[in-house]
Amino acid sequence: MTINFGNPDRPNSYIGKTVPRPNAGKLVQGRGRYVDDIVLPRMAHVVFVRSQLAHARIVSIDTEEARAVKGVLRIFTGPDLAEVCTPWVAVLEHLKGLKSPPEHPMAIDRAVWVGEPVVAVVATTRAAAEDAAALVDVDYDPLPVVTDTMTALDTDTPVIHPELGDNLAFRRLHEEGTVDDAMAGAHKVITTRFRTARHTGVTLEPRSILVDWNPAEGQMTAYHATQAPHMMQTVLATHLDIPEGRVRVICGDVGGSYGIKVHVYPDEVATAAIAKIMSRPVKFIADRLESFTTDIHARDHEIEASIAVDAGGKILAIDVDDWTGIGPYSVYPRTSAIEGNQVVNLCGGPYDFANYRARTSVVFQNKTPTCQYRAVGHPIAVAITEGLVDMAAAAIGMDPVEIRRRNMFADDAYPVTSPAKMRFEGLSHHASMDKLMELMDYDALRADQAEARKRGKHRGIGIASFIELTNPSPFMYGIGGARISAQDGCTVRMDPDGSVVALSGVTEQGQGTEAMLSQIVAESVGITPDKVRIITGDTQVTPYGGGTWASRGAGIGGEAALKAGRALRESILEVAAAMLQADQGALDIRDGEIVDADSGVARMPLHELGRIVYFRGDTLPKGLPRELVQTRHYITMDYPFAFTNGVQASYLEVDTDTGVVTLLKHWCVEDCGRIINPQLVDEQIRGGIVQGLGGALFEEIHYDEEGQLLNGSMADYLVPMAAEMPDMIIGHVETPTKESELGAKGAGEAGTAGAPAAVMNAINDALRPLGAQVTEMPFTPERILRALGTITD
Amino acid sequence: MTDMFRDKIDISLSVNGEPVEARVPAGQHLIDFLRLDQSLTGAHASCEHGVCGACTIRVDGQAVRGCLMLAAQADGADVWTIEGLTDRAEITDLQDAFVARNALQCGFCTPGMLVAAEDLLSRNSQPSREEIREHLSGNYCRCTGYEAIVDAVELVARSRAKGGTA
Repeated sequence: MTINFGNPDRPNSYIGKTVPRPNAGKLVQGRGRYVDDIVLPRMAHVVFVRSQLAHARIVSIDTEEARAVKGVLRIFTGPDLAEVCTPWVAVLEHLKGLKSPPEHPMAIDRAVWVGEPVVAVVATTRAAAEDAAALVDVDYDPLPVVTDTMTALDTDTPVIHPELGDNLAFRRLHEEGTVDDAMAGAHKVITTRFRTARHTGVTLEPRSILVDWNPAEGQMTAYHATQAPHMMQTVLATHLDIPEGRVRVICGDVGGSYGIKVHVYPDEVATAAIAKIMSRPVKFIADRLESFTTDIHARDHEIEASIAVDAGGKILAIDVDDWTGIGPYSVYPRTSAIEGNQVVNLCGGPYDFANYRARTSVVFQNKTPTCQYRAVGHPIAVAITEGLVDMAAAAIGMDPVEIRRRNMFADDAYPVTSPAKMRFEGLSHHASMDKLMELMDYDALRADQAEARKRGKHRGIGIASFIELTNPSPFMYGIGGARISAQDGCTVRMDPDGSVVALSGVTEQGQGTEAMLSQIVAESVGITPDKVRIITGDTQVTPYGGGTWASRGAGIGGEAALKAGRALRESILEVAAAMLQADQGALDIRDGEIVDADSGVARMPLHELGRIVYFRGDTLPKGLPRELVQTRHYITMDYPFAFTNGVQASYLEVDTDTGVVTLLKHWCVEDCGRIINPQLVDEQIRGGIVQGLGGALFEEIHYDEEGQLLNGSMADYLVPMAAEMPDMIIGHVETPTKESELGAKGAGEAGTAGAPAAVMNAINDALRPLGAQVTEMPFTPERILRALGTITD
Repeated sequence: MTDMFRDKIDISLSVNGEPVEARVPAGQHLIDFLRLDQSLTGAHASCEHGVCGACTIRVDGQAVRGCLMLAAQADGADVWTIEGLTDRAEITDLQDAFVARNALQCGFCTPGMLVAAEDLLSRNSQPSREEIREHLSGNYCRCTGYEAIVDAVELVARSRAKGGTA
C-alpha cells in the first residue's frame, strides 16, 4: 500500500493538512512544564562563579565568606569536579586536522573566556547560592588575550593553548576546476569583503538542567532542556562513569532552542557531576548574563570573496576565503569546525558553474565558544554568494533576477553534484523563482521603487536564492566518531480503546513535532489525529534517536513514524481479518473503524478489536500474532543530506538621513519536499526569517580588546521586536525526496538561511544610485551612514 | 545581599482571586514569589531585567513585569496570572485564536504575550496591525516572527467587535 498524496480526498488524509498542534493548548494556558517548573524533594540549586577575565591563571580561590552564607551546602572548584568527571576533546575524525584541547566542566588552573565556570556554589535556594557566589574571591593572574580573528595566526600573537602549537583549530581548502585561469579570462571580476556578526540564540527559556542521582538505584535522571536527549545520555554516562543504560534524560517542554540547546555545556555537565557527588537533585538555570556569556555564539566570520562572470552574466568562478574565530575550545561533541566547513560546502549552492575555490580558517580566541546555531553556515554562505551575484549583475548592467535565472541549475538537471561536491537529488530553483516573481509582482514592485525614488525615497529590492541542508545522514557526525544518531525510530501502539500512542526519538522544541507525528501516525494507521498521543524526549521510553537538529524531525522522524504506523495497521488488519473471517487485503482502517476497502462499509470499530485482543484473546485463533505495537527505524542511505532550496525577497526603505532601514515586506518561496502541515511549515519559515532579519539589522555581540563582552543583556543585544518586523508572504514548490515514501525534507532553517542576504541586497539596491554599498552585518544606521559618507571619523 | 534586604516582610494580597498571606524576603521579585512560593509557573522568568516580557502578569488591572516588581510591593494588590485568567475564562478567545493561528511555538513567551495582548484589547478594542505590533514590542518571541501573533490578536479584536468570541 502506498499513500496517494495526489488525492486530497483519500481516506485518513491528514498528511498535507493544517491540523492544530496537540500540545499548543497547554502552553497557552501556562500549563507547560519547563525544567525550571520542576521541583524535586531535597532539590538544591547551583550557581557558578565565572571568570571575569578572558585569559588568566587562577592563583587562588577563597570561599570562606561564601561558605558562611545561610543555605550554602557545598562549594566546588574545577579540580574537585575533575575527580569525578573526565574531560572531553571536541574533534571529529572526518574534519581532518581539527584540534582542540581537553575541556573540563570547570576551569582547572586557567580560565580562557569571560564566563567560563570557575567555582560552583550549591545552596538550598538559588538566591542563597547567588549571594554566596558573589562572596567567592578568585585571585587571577592575567594572561595575554587573543580576540582578533584575522591576526590569531600571526607569529607575534600569543598561542592560547601552547601544547597545540598554534591558534589554528581547523583549516580546509576545497578546489574545483581552475579558478585563477577563469578569473584571468573573465569579463568582470568583483572582489569584496563580507562580515557577519557574532550572534547568539537568545532562547527565552535560558539553558536549564535538573539532575538527580539516586545511588541506591545507580540511576541518574536529568531533566534537561535539550534537542538531543540520547546524545546527552551518552555524554553524561561517558564522562561521569555511569553505565549508559543507567542515565535517563527527560526532555519536556523546551522554551526555544534554535541549535543553542544541542551542545554539551561545561556548567550543565558540572551540575550532573555535583548531583552525583551530593546524591541529591541539583538544578541549574542560567541567568540572562550567563546566557550571553556562555550559550554558544555563532556566525563570527570575515570573508574575502570574488566572483568572475562573462559578458552574458554566466558565473565563471567563485573564490572564497573565510575566517572565523570560535573561542578557546571546539564545542563538544559536534565541534566548532562545522560552521566554517558549511561555508565551504554551501557557497555558490544554487548555481551551475565550474570553477570553485573555498578555504575556511577556524581559529582560537579568548571569547565565548561558537558552535552550531540555526541554519549553520547558511546565512554566511548565502550572503557571500548572493551578495557577489548581485554585484556582478550591477557590474554588467543586468537585472538581479535575470542573472540568477542564467546560472541556477535547471529544474530538470537533477541529480547533480555541485562544484562544492554536494549532491542534489532534486531542486526547483527556477520554479521557485517563477513563483516568487508572481507572489511579489516583481515588475510592479520595481515600478513602485522608481516612483518612490522620484519622491526622494530610497527603496530597494533584494533577492536571495539558497539551498538548505536537511535530513543529515551519518556523514554529518557519525563518520567522525561522534555518538550522535542520524537514524531515528518510532514505536506505535494501539491500546484497548482504539487510541494510539506513538513514541518518537525526535523531540519537540515548539516547531510542531507532536502535530506532525500525530498526523503521520493518524494517516498511516487509519485513525483521527486526536486519537494519537505523542511521547517524545525520554531516553528510557522512546526508541533511540538523534533528536531535533539540522531540520531532520519531519524527514527522518516522520518517515520512521510512517513506517511504524503502517506496520501497526497491518497488525491490526491481520487480527481483524481473523475476527471477521475476511481477506486481510480486502479490509482497511478509516477513521478508527475496520471497513471493507472497496465499499467503505464499516465492519468493526477499533475499540472492539482492542477489547477482544486485550481482554478476550482466548477467542482468537491460537498462534495468531496479536502484537498491536510496532517499531520502525529510518535512516537516509542514498544521499548524505537532503538538500532543499528556496528564494527570498526583501523590500525595504533606507532613510539616508538617519541610516535607519524600514522593512516593508518579505517573501519566501521554499521547497521542503512533501509538506505535512502547511501552517506549521509557514510559521517555521516566518520565525526563521525573523531570526535572519535580526542578524541582518540588529544582532551583534560586541567584545573589547580585553575579551570583555560588552552587551550581555537583552537591552543591549538587540533582537527583533514585533514593531520592526514586516508581514511575510510564504509560497511553496514541492519536490518530495524520493528516498522516503513520505518525501519530506526539512524546513526549519530556510528562513534564517536566506533573509540576511535578501536584506543586504535590498539595502544595496537602494543605495546603489548613491554609490554606497554595505557588506558588514548587522546593517546598523551607523554602518549605513558610513557607507554613504555621512559619518567619516 | 545586605542585612536590610535579608529582612522578611509580611504581605497580604489577592492572587487569581484567592487571598494569600505570606512572609517574603524583602528582595524577592514578584515573579519568583508567584513561581516558587505559589507554584504558579505559567509566567516565566527569562531576561530578569524587564526587557523581554515573558513574566508579564496583571497587577491591579495593569500589565506588569513580574521581574521588575518586588513581592513586598504587591501587598494589598490584586494579582492575576495566566492560570487565573484561564480559570475564569477571561481570555479564552485569545487562547483559542493563538492555537488556531499557531501564534506560539515553544510557548515560553506565550503567557506574557497573552496578558499583554489582553491589556491592549482592554484599552483599544480595534487596534490596527501597527498598534498591535507596537504594543507587543515589549514582549519578545524568538520562534514565531510575530506575524501569527499579530494575526491572532487582530482576529480576536474583530470578533469581539462583532459581539462574539473568536
